[in-house]
Amino acid sequence: MKPRNTLLTALAIAIAALALWFADGTLGSFAMRILNLSAIYIVLSLSLNLVNGFTGLFSLGCAGFMAVGAYVSALLSMTADVKEMNFFLEPLTPFLQNLSLPFPLALVAGGACAAIAGLIIGLPVLRLRDDYLAIATLGFSEIIRVLITNFQSLTNGAQGLKNIPRKATTWTVWGVAAATVAFMALLTRSSYGRQLKAIRDDEIAAEAMGVNVFRVKVVSFTISSFIAGVGGALLGHMITTIDPKMFTFMLTFNILLIVVLGGSGSITGSVVASIAITILMEAMRFLDGPLNLVFLKTDGLPGLRMVVFSALLMAVVLFRQRGLMGDRELSWDGLAKAGLLPRNKKGGMA
Amino acid sequence: MRHKDIMDLSTFLQQLTNAASLGSLYSLIAIGYTMVYGILRLINFAHGDVFMLGAYVAFYGVASFALPWWIAFIVAIGLTGLFGILLERIAYRPLRDSPRISLMISAIGASFLIENLGVVIFGGRPKSFPSIPLFDTVLNFGSVSVLSVSLFIPAFTLIILFALLFIVNRTKTGMAMRAVSTDVEAARLMAIDVNKVISFTFGIGSLLAALGGIMWSMKYPQLNPLMGIMPGLKCFIAAVIGGIGNIAGAVLGGFLLGFIEIMVAAFLPALTGYRDAFSFVLLILVLIVKPSGLLGKKQTVKV
Repeated sequence: MKPRNTLLTALAIAIAALALWFADGTLGSFAMRILNLSAIYIVLSLSLNLVNGFTGLFSLGCAGFMAVGAYVSALLSMTADVKEMNFFLEPLTPFLQNLSLPFPLALVAGGACAAIAGLIIGLPVLRLRDDYLAIATLGFSEIIRVLITNFQSLTNGAQGLKNIPRKATTWTVWGVAAATVAFMALLTRSSYGRQLKAIRDDEIAAEAMGVNVFRVKVVSFTISSFIAGVGGALLGHMITTIDPKMFTFMLTFNILLIVVLGGSGSITGSVVASIAITILMEAMRFLDGPLNLVFLKTDGLPGLRMVVFSALLMAVVLFRQRGLMGDRELSWDGLAKAGLLPRNKKGGMA
Repeated sequence: MRHKDIMDLSTFLQQLTNAASLGSLYSLIAIGYTMVYGILRLINFAHGDVFMLGAYVAFYGVASFALPWWIAFIVAIGLTGLFGILLERIAYRPLRDSPRISLMISAIGASFLIENLGVVIFGGRPKSFPSIPLFDTVLNFGSVSVLSVSLFIPAFTLIILFALLFIVNRTKTGMAMRAVSTDVEAARLMAIDVNKVISFTFGIGSLLAALGGIMWSMKYPQLNPLMGIMPGLKCFIAAVIGGIGNIAGAVLGGFLLGFIEIMVAAFLPALTGYRDAFSFVLLILVLIVKPSGLLGKKQTVKV
């Protein structure tokens, strides 16, 4: 990396951190929650983008892996008496009842369990091609949800878990988001990342060039599951309640919307789209409530907001398939070329 | 039989008629998936929502416009067929030369759009389908009592299956459909109007989905805008099990799925909570063991 770019990156991170610190102090808890939610969506959309945009596998299993991560992390980090309060229908299995890990460990364990689930699911399913893969991963995420609903003594079934420790603070979620972005940036520049893109662009050619297609697919899918699990765990620790109904296909749809809108195969696209969509989702909430347009009065049309978002997804796919960024990235060099960076004598033309 | 104590003959027959009618409903919807997939290689995610739409149009015809049921049904089936053609025009045709992932994302978008428009227009609260005497009588055969609609459904399905097989295998349009499904480019060179064939396929598929939706709501008379999601997914699975692209296969898959679901729920009640997971487990098993399905042809990837 050029010294100018390193400097600029460090500067950008510092500004972002400062802005976060400022926001954390001044914004109300509701606004902070939305801001933090967008960080979680950054994590989730990067997880989907890894398989979808970079490896060219159309997976719809996101919600299932999130559920695994969220449940594992919640169960590991809750204290014994909170667990007792939750499991009033059927007691929790004794092994978990008295186990209470510190939050970072529980978070990693949540990701790891999701990764294991991803591996188990990936081994049979990744032999399938595009549309079969989509429906099989969707099926697996439904199976996970059905299992969670039915394992009363492990997951508290349909009642879900309440009073999960609120550990996903601003710094945690944005830290994890930043780490995920950094990881993805390094991954996609490595030779491994090039293998992923080779598979995406032409599987048969990639195989002919000596890429172990199946292995690379499995690894990519497992990593993506890990990230989705961590994202799900963060979500649980932020809103402090989870139940199986949270992890339906709807959730995967939201993340897919972000990835498509940002441009599948673009990290910065996903980041920008995550923030934009999360804020937009909240800002558009008025659509579901009573509307009073001069010529049209409604008393609340729940669902109108989702109409807008599904129409948005279709519009992007139909009219601008590449999304916001295509598979390009925002980079300092790109900005410099566009004349958006001030030029100085030292770093300008390296 | 090992379960003699719980499974006497009359309960078995009772469940058999249930399985036959659920299986028929699955088959009707699965045919639509299989025909569209055969021609466009697309999972029409919105198919389940077309099914929902058919049921709602029929509901409004009978309940709000007070049409005689058969007129309402014909209108509903016709309108839904047109809707299917329109859907293809708007959401799928512009993407025909794009990567398949884009086409699939468009299908998912269309599905969510229809569902949420449904929530906005029809309201999220479930509606109950009006009872129609002809279909709502209880018939008694010895100790087995059956709702008449449960007999109409399989009968209708069989008639439609044979009509469809006739169209596909014996008429010129059917020949064109088969040609397009084998090779779009070659079919176009043979002066087949590919767009027309695709529209026709979507039309037929949506007609059948509407018919399925109407009969579904007579058997399970609760309408809600999200009612198409689960049947939609399961029927796609039925189509895959039977061998996607094969009409008889879709019917076989539909019946198989309906039968397994009803019988497991009836005779292994402990597993009822897992009911929605069966079909997915079955799907994954089939995809691993015989990806081309029971009646499908093996496909090889060409460079």
